[in-house]
Amino acid sequence: MNFRITGTGSYLPKRIVTNNDLAKIVETSDEWIQQRIGIRERRIATDETCADMAVSAAESALENAGVRADELDLILTSTVSGDFVSPSTACLVQKRIGATCMAYEINAACSAFLFLLETAAGYFARGKVKKALIVGAEKLSRILDWKDRSTCVIFGDGAGAAVLEAGDGYLDSTFDVKGDDEVLRIPHFHGSSPFDETEAEEPYIHMAGQETFKFAVSSITRDVKLLLERNSLTADDIRYIVPHQANARIIDTAARRLGIPQEKFYMNIDRLGNTSSASIPIALDELSRAGKLERGDKLLMCAFGAGLASAAALIRW
Amino acid sequence: MIFEKLAKLLADKLDVDVDTITPETTAADLGMDSLDVAELLMDIEDEFGVTVEPSPDLKTIDDFVKAIEAKQ
Repeated sequence: MNFRITGTGSYLPKRIVTNNDLAKIVETSDEWIQQRIGIRERRIATDETCADMAVSAAESALENAGVRADELDLILTSTVSGDFVSPSTACLVQKRIGATCMAYEINAACSAFLFLLETAAGYFARGKVKKALIVGAEKLSRILDWKDRSTCVIFGDGAGAAVLEAGDGYLDSTFDVKGDDEVLRIPHFHGSSPFDETEAEEPYIHMAGQETFKFAVSSITRDVKLLLERNSLTADDIRYIVPHQANARIIDTAARRLGIPQEKFYMNIDRLGNTSSASIPIALDELSRAGKLERGDKLLMCAFGAGLASAAALIRW
Repeated sequence: MIFEKLAKLLADKLDVDVDTITPETTAADLGMDSLDVAELLMDIEDEFGVTVEPSPDLKTIDDFVKAIEAKQ
């Protein structure tokens, strides 16, 4: 016994920031951003906190599933840009939606949504939970260096959520972690200890572009191939491959190297940018609400990011 | 040998005449940006079985050839 996704929800900030808006802040251009990353615009939080977005996505998913907050047995969240170091976004969501169940957060950066699914699967397998809520929420605009044109143009804010209920929809998964703090990292606030002799680093997203690209393309190609082969499937058996929306070029390159048509890969990065752990649940919610998924469809999700962590999961809708 | 193999790989990939690629040709001359170069490093890994790490010093085709040689 594992679970089936019975509802999805998402929240996108009201404020749309276009490439031309960014060209007024840093030296960049619409053409450069579209060509290099495939983004036209992204949503940036203004009066929304990370928890506000998480709660809106959660409430929408609960409504979509027809599940009440007090029926939940487990809430798991992921974020690298929460409002507080503690309490976690999971606790804030639990309080604000009126749930009373166990709630905690998992940090696996951009891959975290798949780590949430895997963790939840363990509880379902043990029969410990019947209904769970998982939420990826990111206010990345808070941890961006808005003077660094190589990173601030890539990311966006938003939240996505899914309700899981006992079922048999979680078919297979693969996880890979290669501990590394050179390619991608987000330092904490350094603090002001008079005894601290370590070097301070700005608490923003630091990323080595070429290394990240190589890692991402390699992860997608390896993981998609592995899950297809292990389950005796071809790309034709999959309704959509839903990759983490990091960079359109990453997805295009992986698709080409896999020999799978680009159309098989769901993309919304052109409208939303990279929303880290929120990107896959937002994509699932968009697909579901657009009527593009039918019960029984197989979906293959893949993600990669800081850690360096990568993951893929095969589900039946 | 490495140069010829790399030049052919690039010519096929970018759809250009292999004779236009010389050791002095830069990735930028071929219209490649940094992400294209990152993908080229993945192709090199597949083709030559060596891992060449990204570096700002990798500019000309000869730079890539030397980096592959150093790893073999």
